[in-house]
Amino acid sequence: MVNVITSAVLFSAVFLYGCLGEILTEKSGHLNLGIPGIMCMGTAGGAYGVTIVMNAADAAGAEPSYILLLLAALAFGFLFGAAAAAIYGFFTITLRCNQNISGLALTTLGSGLAQFVMNGITDDGIQKTNLSRASRILSKSLPFANDLGWFGQLFLSYGVLVYIAIVVAIIMGIVLKRTRLGLHLRAVGENPATADAVGINVTAYKYGAVTIGGGIAGLGGMFYLLDSTKGSFENSSTIEGFGWLCIALVIFVLWKPNVSILGSILFGLLFLLGYLLGISEPITQNLFKMLPYVVTIIVLIVLSIIDTRENQPPQALGLPYFREER
Amino acid sequence: METTTKNNGQVSERPIAIQLKNITKAFGTKVVANKNVTMDIRKGEILSVLGENGCGKTTLMNMLAGIYYPDSGEIFINGEPVSISSPKDAFEHKIGMVHQHFKLVDVFTAAENITLGLNEKYNKKEIRAKVLAMKERYGFNIDPDKKIYDMSVSEKQTVEIMKVLYRGADFLILDEPTAVLTPQETQKLFSVIRKMRDDGKSIIIITHKLHEVLAISDRVTILRKGEYIDTIATKDANEQILTEMMVGKKIELNIDRTDPVNAEDRLIVENVSYTNHEGRKILDSVSFTARSGEILGIAGISGSGQRELLEAIAGLQKIDTGDILYIDPDTKETIDLRSKTPLQIRDLGVRLSFVPEDRLGMGLVGNMDIIDNMMLRSYDKGSSMFLDRKAPSDLADNVISGLEVVTPSSHTQVRRLSGGNVQKVLVGREISSSPKVLMAAYPVRGLDINSSYLIYNLLNKQKVSGAAVLFVGEDLDVLVALCDRIVVINSGRITGIVDGRTTTKEEVGLLMTKTDN
Repeated sequence: MVNVITSAVLFSAVFLYGCLGEILTEKSGHLNLGIPGIMCMGTAGGAYGVTIVMNAADAAGAEPSYILLLLAALAFGFLFGAAAAAIYGFFTITLRCNQNISGLALTTLGSGLAQFVMNGITDDGIQKTNLSRASRILSKSLPFANDLGWFGQLFLSYGVLVYIAIVVAIIMGIVLKRTRLGLHLRAVGENPATADAVGINVTAYKYGAVTIGGGIAGLGGMFYLLDSTKGSFENSSTIEGFGWLCIALVIFVLWKPNVSILGSILFGLLFLLGYLLGISEPITQNLFKMLPYVVTIIVLIVLSIIDTRENQPPQALGLPYFREER
Repeated sequence: METTTKNNGQVSERPIAIQLKNITKAFGTKVVANKNVTMDIRKGEILSVLGENGCGKTTLMNMLAGIYYPDSGEIFINGEPVSISSPKDAFEHKIGMVHQHFKLVDVFTAAENITLGLNEKYNKKEIRAKVLAMKERYGFNIDPDKKIYDMSVSEKQTVEIMKVLYRGADFLILDEPTAVLTPQETQKLFSVIRKMRDDGKSIIIITHKLHEVLAISDRVTILRKGEYIDTIATKDANEQILTEMMVGKKIELNIDRTDPVNAEDRLIVENVSYTNHEGRKILDSVSFTARSGEILGIAGISGSGQRELLEAIAGLQKIDTGDILYIDPDTKETIDLRSKTPLQIRDLGVRLSFVPEDRLGMGLVGNMDIIDNMMLRSYDKGSSMFLDRKAPSDLADNVISGLEVVTPSSHTQVRRLSGGNVQKVLVGREISSSPKVLMAAYPVRGLDINSSYLIYNLLNKQKVSGAAVLFVGEDLDVLVALCDRIVVINSGRITGIVDGRTTTKEEVGLLMTKTDN
């Protein structure tokens, strides 16, 4: 049982990062369907970052430093994701283009571009090994995990990136719910005209949420490469698939960052259920992989029956805002 | 105008606080919303800005509130030239605006909305204390922790006003504040406004309701077609003077109410009840009879079940229990409308023109031109496999000339027309088929006085020609002046059926808000 959960958590952090990024974006009224592409970009960014550090270490003939690797992975994963999201932001915020189309286009662009960058890295045998070396360092479990029996297994046996995801979720929950910053951001997503009329800088909040959200989602792609799969990269379509699940997860957890911690673990479990039950036929396995989508649809049905004003998507989600529109 | 300046008396001695000089604002190349407007707002006064639809009242005030930026012209506050390019700038100059469509976040509480956008610390206790202090001072009635979506329209408006006051505004702009209020709520609002004036604040009210202008304001500024006409002291004004200044010509303000001739039962609604999927009773044992040659008014706070009732008659809304019977004028046959489809009901001569708040929501397709919209009612006519465009085209021309629709041509997309003209197209189409029962819901919603009277006359014409007219209205003065009988509906229950000739709007207003069961 403990093993089941620990392996679910390894995937769930991918969902958690992606979901948090999308929650932040949607809170500003932007439905970013480019999240899958952004996560692919995050993968490329993370790979690029650690490759630089590994190459430098090799050149100096030293062991790569854990802190440097961590920082490079985080910084480049975030930057690549944020840069991709900024493209989406420019189209949907400044040019007020259709959000769905811009997002879908970004997904195509992001996964292609990421594939290109990754091929450049993994075509070189040394760099490919470097990726898995870096991954082994980064996914090192907390030092005293093995001394604490099942408790250590369950809670402490993951790489530090998992804990960073959880911390981000908790901080985001507090910021959204308890601070002025969060109140203003929610106001922008609910009713930008209202926010504008009280002097909130709608454009700045939107850009902020979209790019930071993209950065966080990018970390999800980085995590998948450097932790879940221990540095082995097949192609970006797997990550793209995770991206769609993240968008479904946002609905499943009702736009609540702290709920998304548990939600992502559940999604991880559902996603792996086929493997965990020892099913080997690919068809049945793929049927199990549908489960997260099925539960999301069930949540949508339940929500539409309950029909409360809370737990609904931000009211202005998907709508462009132009002050002088008549 | 000599008398005006002389009689201004005490009001004109108040110092000028805001001055607008030669303000011009255009949208695109064609629509000039304001042209060279020069006016002033004094300290501690209530100023009404009066004008017809589309005369640029709201646009002008939006420039003070920082929503729009003028193309040319200057704004002076206390003699200093200022530039107001955002709502934030407006607040810094102590100007706050309460918009016609409330700018509130539904899922936030009153307190969160009131303090939204401020950079002070979010301290619930302090905010509550401040809100309560304002409540004491001006006589508001508000619970700071209530969510907006749980509030009535008048509560929402209170939140809007408090939001502006909380920011320390000295100039309050209220855009059509009474449009959605009952007479009692309006009185309450007026007493709040007077208290604010006595507190030294300047209040600007945008409206096209003349009696309210006369009741509340100190001075009236009149705009027509985007231009400034004049400002006069309210005590020198009356409805006739104001209308003439507003419209630019003399118009008859009386609604001609003829006695019903040969009234016979046409539509009988009996014990109709309907509970929606949330389990809320929308219609509760509603019974009334509509007679031919009579206008039956339906009064009630918006959302009391009027829409569902009319849709049930038109066959668009399923009901749980009750009967809707139609008596055919030719055969005297009683027909059960519940067993008919909407199309069959229409063919019997029962017509519905519903003007929702967004005006386009029902009955017209915004992206289609006037002819195509006429065709929506005749697409199944004719035997050819191709559409007949001739008849709808003639009808469109008739409606345009008969109802004075302002449009470049009958090929103009309906959404490009101004609100009043859209309504004329809708009402015109429904009336054109000489209906036996005409249901007009909010046909003058947001229309100016001139267009409104045009519509009232149309309804009267239908009445004289023997149709049973059901008129759902918001303006109680009009209901009382136009209708032969008025059904008052409150939360889906009929609280009274009164005679239009003997009732008063206060009586109707009380019935609208009666809560005992």
